[in-house]
Amino acid sequence: MKFNHFHLAVAGLAAAAISLSAAAQKKYDPGATDTEIKIGDLKPYSGPASAYGTIGKAIAAYFDKVNAEGGVNGRKIKYISLDDGYNPAKAVEQSRKLVEEDEVLLIFNSLGTPSNTAIQKYMNQKKVPQLFVATGATKWGDPKNFPWTMGWQPTYQTEGKIYAAHILETKPNAKIGVLYQNDDYGKDYLKGFEDGLGDKAKTMIVSKVSYEVTDPNIDSQMVTLKGSGADTFFNITTPKFAAQAIKKAAEIGWKPTHYLNNVSSQVGSTLKPAGLENAVGIITTQYNKDPTDPQWANDKAFLDWKAWMQKYYAGGDLTDASNVYGYSAAMTMVQVLKQCGDNLTRENVMKQAANLDMVLPMALPGINVKTGPNDFYPIEREQLARFDGKTWVLFGKVYDASSN
Amino acid sequence: MEALLHQIFSGLANGCIYGSIALALVMIYQATHHLNFAQGEMATFSTFIAWALIQRGMPYWVAFALTFGISFAAGLLIQRVILRPVEKAPVLTNVNVFIGLLLIFNACSGWIFDHTVKAFPSPFPQESILKTAYFSAHEMGSFLVMLAVLLSLYAFFRFTPVGLAMRAAAQNPESARLVGIRVSWMLAVGWGFAAAIGSVAGMMVAPSVFLDPNMMAGILLYGFASALLGGVDNPWGAVIGGMIVGVLENLLGAYVIGTELKLTVALVLIVGTLTLMPAGLFGKRVVTRV
Amino acid sequence: MSRTRWVWIGWALLLVAAVVLPFLVKNYRVFQFNLVLVYAVAILGLNILTGFNGQISLGHGAFYAIGAYGAAVLMDRVGMPYWATLPLAGVLCFVLGFLMGFPALRLAGHYLAVATLGLALAVPQLLKYKHLEAYTGGVQGIVLVKPDPPFTFRFLGQPFNADRWLYFFTLAVTIVMFVLAWNLLRGRVGRALIAIRDHPIAAAVMGINLPLFKSLTFGVSAAFTGVAGALGAIVIAFVSPDSFLITLSIFLLVGMVVGGLASIPGAFFGAIFIQFVPNIADELSKSAPAAIYGVLLIVLMYLMPTGVMGMVRKLWARWQPGAARLRVNVNPGAPVPVSPDLTKESTT
Repeated sequence: MKFNHFHLAVAGLAAAAISLSAAAQKKYDPGATDTEIKIGDLKPYSGPASAYGTIGKAIAAYFDKVNAEGGVNGRKIKYISLDDGYNPAKAVEQSRKLVEEDEVLLIFNSLGTPSNTAIQKYMNQKKVPQLFVATGATKWGDPKNFPWTMGWQPTYQTEGKIYAAHILETKPNAKIGVLYQNDDYGKDYLKGFEDGLGDKAKTMIVSKVSYEVTDPNIDSQMVTLKGSGADTFFNITTPKFAAQAIKKAAEIGWKPTHYLNNVSSQVGSTLKPAGLENAVGIITTQYNKDPTDPQWANDKAFLDWKAWMQKYYAGGDLTDASNVYGYSAAMTMVQVLKQCGDNLTRENVMKQAANLDMVLPMALPGINVKTGPNDFYPIEREQLARFDGKTWVLFGKVYDASSN
Repeated sequence: MEALLHQIFSGLANGCIYGSIALALVMIYQATHHLNFAQGEMATFSTFIAWALIQRGMPYWVAFALTFGISFAAGLLIQRVILRPVEKAPVLTNVNVFIGLLLIFNACSGWIFDHTVKAFPSPFPQESILKTAYFSAHEMGSFLVMLAVLLSLYAFFRFTPVGLAMRAAAQNPESARLVGIRVSWMLAVGWGFAAAIGSVAGMMVAPSVFLDPNMMAGILLYGFASALLGGVDNPWGAVIGGMIVGVLENLLGAYVIGTELKLTVALVLIVGTLTLMPAGLFGKRVVTRV
Repeated sequence: MSRTRWVWIGWALLLVAAVVLPFLVKNYRVFQFNLVLVYAVAILGLNILTGFNGQISLGHGAFYAIGAYGAAVLMDRVGMPYWATLPLAGVLCFVLGFLMGFPALRLAGHYLAVATLGLALAVPQLLKYKHLEAYTGGVQGIVLVKPDPPFTFRFLGQPFNADRWLYFFTLAVTIVMFVLAWNLLRGRVGRALIAIRDHPIAAAVMGINLPLFKSLTFGVSAAFTGVAGALGAIVIAFVSPDSFLITLSIFLLVGMVVGGLASIPGAFFGAIFIQFVPNIADELSKSAPAAIYGVLLIVLMYLMPTGVMGMVRKLWARWQPGAARLRVNVNPGAPVPVSPDLTKESTT
């Protein structure tokens, strides 16, 4: 039989059929196999920010739970979390170890704006996903310039804008005093706040004072703020200093309308030490359920979370909101992996991350996780809440930054 | 005017905080001629122990006394077990060991007691006789406690034989041995006292600053500055140095340069003062024979 | 063969090993080696001041930061090529170090330690200062572009990429800095520094201009650490105020003591310690890695109180035939301390 056009056509069709079925088969990038998905992470287990190391442990515990229940699409998650000590130089080194030596599929929830800024260019050059970054800086949602980097939590600037909007609505003649931490965290919040006030920022903000994390307390700053005659107070601090500020304000007899940033708003770790009676009337935004807030004590999602903590992270602190944060972030990651199915290439991981539409059980009702090819901000909704002495009472509408 | 007074008094209250840790540093210096970098973390750890005891239901002053005792014993043990092997080594080797201790205590505080902020009770009730217009009851109370510690320290070194023996052991160990002083034990007792004073400082500081593993990190640096500003061999100097640093910082931040640079300017002023008075404000000038 | 011949062969072998090394390992290890070299130069700078000259500095992280930011600003805002920034960073830090030397003249021991500590605390605050933000990038820092290699080839199966090019660049700079230091310290200047450290009054009587020497030493030491900082900025390709906290100064001090005071090769061992031991500690414990680091540090100090080179010198001295043991040792025994002097052996 001579080899003619007919045979060529059959051969061509067969080849096409084989390659099509190959496309429907499994595709892996380094870090993914039939049995395992390697995920890397950078967390400060030592150094000045070691308080946030518990997020890494919570994530590990959540992945333990997922693995115990069969893994994701039959694959177990291998979670490699390295210590970067909140030092950008160490972060660069450890991220390279994760990508080049441990050959992880992606880096997930790396913490700290300086560390993430240091590795952002490298991750994008190497085309390795830098997913669900654990900081609220606004710059992580920039798919045009950094298509491999995505944030997770509502940004600090969004939150600042929400407070500004609320003040303009309810107290347009307010005299505002601001206390902020002198680093990227504090300044990002401040920028959002000032942008939200627009032209009125200069006239409304009568006093802006900063503090360093090495300061023992912020008594002097509180005295300055009271002396400026401000009747509204925007408190941009981390939990310890927030507690100090609330207590000192009560001690010196200053009772402004008090806006407290979300990071420091837990009942158990900030308000209780400061004195619950001193915290009445404070306003914050929330997107997660506060594990120390009595209103969630019988909520199913909270009880699930508590059971998970007791089984998989028995040494963890049930009053630490960081453990809710880690739980929810890990849940988001697992959802992305589930959506990837058998196509575990890095490109597909980013594609699925940019294709999320889910609800987290430990998030507040009405808060969703939604992303798109041009929307790299997964959680954009927050709601205002006011403290009544026992619990955070949600009020008003759910603000959605994606409409801005 | 009111605001100015507030700032000054708040600075004095802060100065108490710095002064108390500076006292512990001076104590160790007078006993061993070393500056203990781990002092802050040891104080934090002691405060955590006190917190744990109070959580278990112990009354405040019992827990206070017990923590004082435990810290004394721990300080003694640390000197005997950990510092003895490097007693004869160069000073910087000792400094490295202090840094190692700092890291260990800090990490252990975080590991055992968590990083969440904890409230620590104050023994001075809010509305007591101690409260004044500008000072809270606790601030007044801590000031009095610090004064008591200072006076006891001064009296101890000046008027007791043990204190004299300790000073001799630190200044001239060879001669001290020749007159029969057990130099090694003097060092150990010195460490014990310093650890105990540190625990008192921690327990006085924690109610206003809140307890977490990094509570003393910033305070220790200010404590160093205060101790050296006042003269590192003078307990009075430590306290006055602390007051000066506290008030200076507040006034700089509120009126002169703003809070973003107040640490820088305060440090420049301290270094400048030391340049003019190299042994600190109240320190002894060391004069040596050629 | 004569002894010098052996020494030359030894150095040549070491050089060959250093040149081949980056091609034997993966990229990320090369990056780690680059950091070791950078820290070695920084620790060498500190050692010149503290080890050889006896002026304790807890603030060399400040000079490292200034060198790093100097290089970053020149590269990013002025557009200078990366290799040109090194000498400028060195000169800038020399001037600042020299100026810092003046108050240092009046201070000794613990007082100088606190003054330099103040410097280390002040620099990050200044870097964050809003009126300097246009130059320093404020709290966000400056992201740099990693330099590309000028040519590429493959050797032993590995490509000659940016990391390996930077390795050779860093190695060349390190060799230059070490040779400079060795040259400086082995002659009259070195002896003068050691004399000032051990017997300042006698040194002054012998005609050494104490203030000038001490300030110049501060300047030179700062220049070395500043060049290291600039190199570090190029290797890491990012600077921010949070990269240069007080912990950096403390670790440089730790590395210097671990390597051995008054020792030039000791700087390498110190750099290896501060670069790799945190990684080891991290692998041993996630709950308290800093505690493991502390324990390892203390154990090392027990085993080698005078540092790695101190131990090497002791062993080397034992190996020597009788007459050679009388050679002058740069680490003399325990003379009477004149003022609180932190590099000397305790007399307890």
